[in-house]
Amino acid sequence: MRSVIGIDLGSTTTKAVMLDEQGETLGFGITNSRSNYEVACAVARIEARTAARFGMLERALAQDGNARVWLGPLRDAFRLELFMVDLADLRHTIEGHLAASQRPDRKTLDAAAAHVLDVIAAGAADGFLGGAARRSDFFRDIAGAGFVAEAEALARSGRVAFEPLVALYDRAILDVETRLRPRDTRALLDRALDRIRAMPGAAGAADTLAWAVAHVTRQPIEEVAVVGTGYGRQTLPFPKAAVRSEILCHGRGAHRVFPDTRTVLDIGGQDTKAIQVDGRGVVTSFQMNDRCAAGCGRYLGYIADELGLGLHELGPLALGAKKAIKVNSTCTVFAGAELRERLSLGQRREDILAGLHRAIMLRAMSLLARSGGVRNELTFTGGVCKNPMATRILRELVDENYGADITLNVHPDSIYMGALGAALFSLDDLAAGTVPELPSFVTSHGTEVAS
Amino acid sequence: MNDPAAAVLERARALVEDRKLSTVTRWKESHPGALAIGHMPVYVPRPLLEAIGCMPVALFGGGDAIDIIRGDSYFQSYICHIPRSTVELALLGDLSPIDGVLFPSICDVIRNLGGMWRMLFPEKYATYVDLPQSFEPDIGGAFYVLEMRRIARELAERGARPLDPARLGEAILRENERRAAIAELDALRREASWRCRASEAYLLVRAGGVLETREHTALIHEFLACARRRSGRPVDNVRVVLVGSFCEQPPLELVRALEKSGCEIIDDDFQLGMRMIDGPIEIAEGEDPLVALSRAYLEKGRDTASRYIGDLVKGAGLVRRVRESQADGVLFAAASFCDPALLDQPMLEAALTKAGVPHTSFKFSENMGQFSVIREQAGAFSDAVKLWGAEGAAP
Amino acid sequence: MTEHADAGARDQSQLTQKRMLAEHFDALAHAKERGRKIVYTFVPGNVTELLGALDLLPVLPEINALQSGMRGRSVGYIAEAEKAGHSKDVCTYVKCDVGMLRSGNIGPTGQRLPEPDLLLLSYTGCFTFMKWFEILKQEYDCPVVMLHVPYQTEGTITPEMRAYVVSQLERNVIPALEKVAGRKLDMDELARRLDLSARAEEDLVRVWESARHRPSPIDGYFGGVYYVGPIFSSFRGTEEAVRYYRELRAEVDERVRQKKGPMTPDGEVPEEKYRLVVEGPPNWTSFHDFWRMFSKEGATVVSSTYTRVGGLYDTGFRHDARRPLESLADYCLGCYTNLGLPARLDLLERYVKTYEADGFLVNSVKSCNSFSVGQLLMLRKLEERTGVPGGFIESDLVDPRYFGKANIENRVQSFLQMLETRRRLGPGAPLPERKEARRSLPVLDERGLP
Repeated sequence: MRSVIGIDLGSTTTKAVMLDEQGETLGFGITNSRSNYEVACAVARIEARTAARFGMLERALAQDGNARVWLGPLRDAFRLELFMVDLADLRHTIEGHLAASQRPDRKTLDAAAAHVLDVIAAGAADGFLGGAARRSDFFRDIAGAGFVAEAEALARSGRVAFEPLVALYDRAILDVETRLRPRDTRALLDRALDRIRAMPGAAGAADTLAWAVAHVTRQPIEEVAVVGTGYGRQTLPFPKAAVRSEILCHGRGAHRVFPDTRTVLDIGGQDTKAIQVDGRGVVTSFQMNDRCAAGCGRYLGYIADELGLGLHELGPLALGAKKAIKVNSTCTVFAGAELRERLSLGQRREDILAGLHRAIMLRAMSLLARSGGVRNELTFTGGVCKNPMATRILRELVDENYGADITLNVHPDSIYMGALGAALFSLDDLAAGTVPELPSFVTSHGTEVAS
Repeated sequence: MNDPAAAVLERARALVEDRKLSTVTRWKESHPGALAIGHMPVYVPRPLLEAIGCMPVALFGGGDAIDIIRGDSYFQSYICHIPRSTVELALLGDLSPIDGVLFPSICDVIRNLGGMWRMLFPEKYATYVDLPQSFEPDIGGAFYVLEMRRIARELAERGARPLDPARLGEAILRENERRAAIAELDALRREASWRCRASEAYLLVRAGGVLETREHTALIHEFLACARRRSGRPVDNVRVVLVGSFCEQPPLELVRALEKSGCEIIDDDFQLGMRMIDGPIEIAEGEDPLVALSRAYLEKGRDTASRYIGDLVKGAGLVRRVRESQADGVLFAAASFCDPALLDQPMLEAALTKAGVPHTSFKFSENMGQFSVIREQAGAFSDAVKLWGAEGAAP
Repeated sequence: MTEHADAGARDQSQLTQKRMLAEHFDALAHAKERGRKIVYTFVPGNVTELLGALDLLPVLPEINALQSGMRGRSVGYIAEAEKAGHSKDVCTYVKCDVGMLRSGNIGPTGQRLPEPDLLLLSYTGCFTFMKWFEILKQEYDCPVVMLHVPYQTEGTITPEMRAYVVSQLERNVIPALEKVAGRKLDMDELARRLDLSARAEEDLVRVWESARHRPSPIDGYFGGVYYVGPIFSSFRGTEEAVRYYRELRAEVDERVRQKKGPMTPDGEVPEEKYRLVVEGPPNWTSFHDFWRMFSKEGATVVSSTYTRVGGLYDTGFRHDARRPLESLADYCLGCYTNLGLPARLDLLERYVKTYEADGFLVNSVKSCNSFSVGQLLMLRKLEERTGVPGGFIESDLVDPRYFGKANIENRVQSFLQMLETRRRLGPGAPLPERKEARRSLPVLDERGLP
């Protein structure tokens, strides 16, 4: 199958979208961004390919409802297998670092790390297959949380110091993340299948699943064109002709999903963009925040850190506000001080958070007005659109300022809009016969093998 | 323990908070066809407007009362706050009773805001008032007279009365009465600050922005009468002069926070326009009142950041004010991104340091909501001055 | 023509300018020992012919500041000024100058700049100028003379404005200059210099107008800041300036004949892909990086407003020996930042249309409120009037902390790609009616996700 890929290298995550030649979506992939951009792009691409394989599995099993219900568990088992591979690499890396170290407490640390990793490995199956929602699918997040938790437990027992133990992880994860390892999708799927077979009630479906896996992993997926975009555009590992502005990509992607949208608001980690597009998804004007990160996702990050919460917990907490306390400064520098002062005044955390969310969205509204206002349909994208409080306030502000008849679109996959737009530009290149040279992480083999 | 001044202060507060300008609407209803002319701080010749039958309306921005959306869409993040809220108010329709706005030469922000006004509200009158920076009567003075004539002419074309020297003379007399009332208020603050605190004077003077001169004078007189009946004792606070070259106004809560910190603000330049002319505007025998108005600005205009220092010495006027009011120190409160105040400040600070006057500084914006840092800073300043005098509070 | 010969053709006028500036700074460095008197003044509204006629040497602090920015010195100077109590919020030219002063006042050529004998405060189009010389007045023991140039609110010069400026020139400025110079102004010498000014101005306007050609032989912004060097600084009204502009015009004419695009530090722009009009000053600390963002994409600036801050000549004004003081007044009054916003908008519209621009771009600098306040409205209005797309970027004059390279490059590239896409696909269907923002009562009910 011939396909094109769009990659959006963001400040916190890197996204990839794979389309077939007709422009139908094959798969979405995401990974955390890291210092090595090439690896980030490569992993996102592999994830998109994996997603495409699962899409193919779903189609292959379209007629078999009995087997299809096992696709979800298969996906979880697949992620578990992937996790175990990465965990083995982490273990190997930590051992390597310690072996090269002259520290007197080397042996103690070695034993402690081994213990921590054993505990993580032992609990992994439950974590992936237990049916509970995971906060993150990124190896760094899952392994990191487990490592810190176990290290704390060990430190409490007084047998080892917390700091040097966690430092081992911090150092090793950088190596693990920037190493590009081949992913043998077929082998991973086979191991995942073994786990499915062991599950009660799966026996009937396992053979069909195995057949589908064998069938699907035999089909080649060929990437014939790639376009990249994103925050790290300056150093994207792409030839110049294969790079498009993220603003154009975001506008195009949002328009593809919501063809009637003429205005796109994107609030990401580093910046906020208000974009106007025409009936073809072509950007007609745009505005961005200036160098100051006030009012961006980063600001919410500071707030979350200040409160010791996860970023994703802020919105739901703020929804519990009885009123929005007026906050006028969205300056990241003062965010912490303002928050502490208000808390010390006895104001409710929820109400302060509601005020902070409102302050951010007011800034976004100004940027929208600056770019030309909201015409008919507004599409909200970027990391912050996953925040339910941000979305609710946006709805209210749009009602107040532009009328309740404005459609507000928020798509669960809206963080992929940039990558989707890039993939659409890639299709353009394909149609025009002006496909730029493929980046090396696509052409070099061994990054995703379906044996 | 009823405060005899409570009612009059409440009226002043209502006038200050009346952002939809209902007073102005009522005035226009009782003066059919007359124009209400808004003006930005710091100084415009209000008697000129009254003389041609217009209601001068001081515009001091939106304070912390409104959400800014469209206002922000027109201004970069490094611009001060008052133009944002002023545009927001206008776009909200709150300024609809205003038929035109004068933009005096405070700084480039307010100057350009005048140009934006012409583009945003082409149906309304808007002009820049180029106050002279040359203080020779037949150069700067002559130019200023022509500038005022131009404004009077342009407003007359829009329905104001033609400029008449006799009426202008009367308006100047009324302005002098107001000036005298404000001077009395200032004296009361200096001599018995427990009878009139800065936050109260703030309301009383600012309320005049939406009143006819005579009414404003009456309001201040009424307060003065009440205030003298107030019981109370001197408080052991540090006496400070507050300097901000204020165009953008600080939130009233900020003024109160300073008072609570132990700083008695006995002099300030909040609504400097109302006190810009030091003393009465004197019309010489046979003099055109317009020339007298111009001359008063040249000769008796108080030095502030938006006015060229000329041959005077920067900071000398401030040091004199500190001495005359027996202040212990100076607080600088500049609006964030306010070019006039912030560019002036190092020069004033140098002059104070040289004269041995303690001082400290902070920034504000009209919509700020948190004052604890400033309160702490002012409190520390007041403690240091009390304990060690000028040396202890050296910056 | 060979590459070598071509580079030579470009270099001639540049070399000339370089030599002129070197001589000027050398004269400044030796001014005191040679008994020459120094007047500090500003670029907009500079009355260089008057200074020249009295053999006074001008020092222009803005030029020093921008040179410090280009030489990487401004960071330290600004830090020095902020340490001395100057606010983070205010103009970085002023802080750069104050910092330079406190660090020994070493000029762009590495020589020490002489102290002023007079500060001529040409208060034209910029409020900060007034504060700047108030600050310098505290540093130097020398007189200050104010030249208050009224603002052109309506975009027209009234007789009252002109009379005000002329009377200040006659009664304040000229006597102050004469006192410093120790001699009377020779009106014939002034007239001679005004004639020379007009001749140079004529050639400069021809250079600006050459951008009507396709490709444009000049870059009217990044290249333009070099072209205005002599006429904005100390050379207006001199034979050298006349020669420089004659030479420059000949070079540009030759490029037109050869259908060549502008020269950049990286060589010639191979293909003119975009024609832009730019509003606002450039950033100086990353000037070449900034320029390269455009030149490498084939974007040429066909006209700019920054290059009109020291004099607006392409709407017809010339210095005029027959009405010396009146024309000096008109010159001061006509500087770009002294024009009201509606007049600035008219000028931008004229540039977009005359030079057939594909887009226009605002570089909004933090330091300069005179330029910046209102640019977002101008942007919107200009789009409405011309149908040409506008772009908006933010930076600063000489404070590198406000030059976010990635952010700016992102905006520039997005803007150029937007022009490219629109050009490829055509203008597209008209957009639906723009909804003006309006407000109803706030929604108070608790609502969930849309």
